Amino acid sequence: MSIAMNWVGGEPICALITGARCIDPRTGLDQLADVLVVDSCIAEVGAVGSLTAPSEASIINAEGLIVMPAFTDPHVHLRTPGQEHKESLATGTRSAAAGGYCQLLAMPNTTPPIDSPEILRGVFSRLAEEAVIPVGQLACITRGMEGSQLTEMGLMAEIGVAGFTDDGLPVTDAGVLRRAMAYQRLHGLPIALHEEDPSLSAGAPLNEGQISAKRGLRGSPGIAESTMIERDCAIAELESAQIHVQHLSAARSVDAIARAKQSGVSVTAEASPHHLLLTEAACDTLDTRAKMNPPLRFEEDRLALIAGLRDGTIDCVATDHAPHSKDEKSEPFEIAPFGTTGLETAFAVLNQELVGNRDLDLSTLIERMTSGCVPFGLEPPMIKQGEPANLVVFDPEESWIAGEDGWESRSENCCFTGRSIKGRVVMTIASGVLVHRSGRLSGGEQL
Amino acid sequence: MKDLISIDQLGRAGIERILARANEVSQVASREVQKVPALRGRLVANLFYEASTRTTSSFELAAKRLSADVITLRASGSSVEKGESLKDTITTLSAYSPAAIVLRHPCAGAAALVAGWTDAAVINAGDGAHAHPTQALLDVHTLVNRIGDLTGKRIWIVGDIAHSRVARSSAVAFGLMGARVTLCGPPTLLPPGIGAALGCETSTSLERLGEADVVYGLRMQLERMEGVAIPSLREYSSYYMIDSGRLSSNQLVMHPGPVNRGVEISGAVVDGPHSLISEQVASGVAIRMAVLFELLAGGDVSKQHHETVMA
Repeated sequence: MSIAMNWVGGEPICALITGARCIDPRTGLDQLADVLVVDSCIAEVGAVGSLTAPSEASIINAEGLIVMPAFTDPHVHLRTPGQEHKESLATGTRSAAAGGYCQLLAMPNTTPPIDSPEILRGVFSRLAEEAVIPVGQLACITRGMEGSQLTEMGLMAEIGVAGFTDDGLPVTDAGVLRRAMAYQRLHGLPIALHEEDPSLSAGAPLNEGQISAKRGLRGSPGIAESTMIERDCAIAELESAQIHVQHLSAARSVDAIARAKQSGVSVTAEASPHHLLLTEAACDTLDTRAKMNPPLRFEEDRLALIAGLRDGTIDCVATDHAPHSKDEKSEPFEIAPFGTTGLETAFAVLNQELVGNRDLDLSTLIERMTSGCVPFGLEPPMIKQGEPANLVVFDPEESWIAGEDGWESRSENCCFTGRSIKGRVVMTIASGVLVHRSGRLSGGEQL
Repeated sequence: MKDLISIDQLGRAGIERILARANEVSQVASREVQKVPALRGRLVANLFYEASTRTTSSFELAAKRLSADVITLRASGSSVEKGESLKDTITTLSAYSPAAIVLRHPCAGAAALVAGWTDAAVINAGDGAHAHPTQALLDVHTLVNRIGDLTGKRIWIVGDIAHSRVARSSAVAFGLMGARVTLCGPPTLLPPGIGAALGCETSTSLERLGEADVVYGLRMQLERMEGVAIPSLREYSSYYMIDSGRLSSNQLVMHPGPVNRGVEISGAVVDGPHSLISEQVASGVAIRMAVLFELLAGGDVSKQHHETVMA
């Protein structure tokens, strides 16, 4: 059984990227270097001017730019099938390519939910027709995401599903989740969990804090998340299961993951750019772009997430890219759907805010941006001879305003809209194919 | 000022301006013809997504006394029940070119959203449990007319703070006028952070009620409380009902209505000499006239009288 990564594919480029600062935390690379891409792979990495490019190779002058392994995101909502008014597989993956991603894992909370081998096959074929970068697909843990009956996990594993999740909803019934974890021994694929105790979150549209109090809205406390993480880590320990905890939002959740890891539970965790950079203050004007689930919380939660990302308690950054139409997000705060888009801004905002403020070093940020698919058994992209060519070229000097030139995504509900950002992805190569390039990059015009 | 969304936007000066205006317009009610032509030929549209007898009728009456045309749309039986979005409803309503839209909606922030979608003046007549600024204005109006300056006065707001837009607006308004406000209710109906958010003290007990100059009771939403936020209405009443045993003779009592006699407040107190409840209702029309006038007309209300005479 192996994970199916579906996409349109394309003609691999033959190119020499020259003069960039090349950084790969996994190989320890951080120097000015040339990278030669041939036949979908990294043919050679060497000192500037030292490589001999084939005559057909395009020369991409990347002086002053940064070349990194391209990013992978284990948590995006691509909305196929049934919600194509929010995003299509083409626009969602173009959005990812523009943000420097070479690989995504898509969530199954679609209409209908992806909860059977038949629906899964349908999505695979749509991805093969539309996706501009490789996409793996998760399927539901329970039929219809109703939280009671298990899906045909074995049959879906046979045709290449990447894992299982009811994301958007928690698996509230502990007994059901225990059976799902026990059943994992049959297929071996990770179970990704949206952690929320609905009796504590009580349908709240935002964090329980000053803004909920002032606005007369129900608030959801951080323990609505952390207590479920503690419960589910205990179940995972009992069943020796592998779980991946999605979108941490609370300081207590980081503690819960750290404790579980210490006691040997096979658990990984992700955090989103919005939880790492924003607090409930972003909800002060009831801007629906700041309405997410889990909600933005307090500054102390945000700082705990950053610390967790730094020390590795949190394994990776995941955007939870959640496109919604303008009409849907124009409803009042309580009615508008949860979620923000994030693929196009993720690395640039995190680099500006976390690396810029010395909360995180660049190499750690790159490691966390490229580790997203590792919990699901995929190899992380590397800048190393013989590896698949998954590369991102980043211009650390380009200044732009998020959303000003529109978005590749079909939706524009990005919580970072309007933010001035210094640094931008200018080129993305996924499995050797050029999937994004900004007009500002010089050289290699024939590509 | 185009819209009235929340009391914070007015500040003390704005509140005082509207109170003064309300005193002027309340003279209209004592005339034989209770109308001035200030808004003649202009349309005030009441759009109510929640049932409300007294707020709707007092806005209707206020608009009519200013000679406006009035239409009132209620969510039940309208296109809203057919799934029309708030934005589309406002677009449709805007085709009638209303001068003002008076909106009550179950969602916090609805009035602010609508204000961005229409050129009409938007008056928030209640958005979820967030704000109800004209209620706050009429409360301040009632109290100032009775006791004068509120500086240093202690006001206790008692009951279901969690679900009350009245508490959120009136507490802020009383505070802006210099009063010291305490929010009191069962712990399950007193949201964490509410004191800091509104600049009030909080209490879960009526023990210190004696310090209050004014006791403001809130309506209990009977149907959704019992066994959830409170064990029973009986237990609630035994701890929090405002009755003559808990009041001293120099304390005034207010309530936004409608009253649940014997639950949050005793019948004897409602009907007693310290109750300002009927003054609040009377203030409601004057305040809403003042707000409509402030947003749509401007100028001097007393001159309106002469025009009427000359017309």
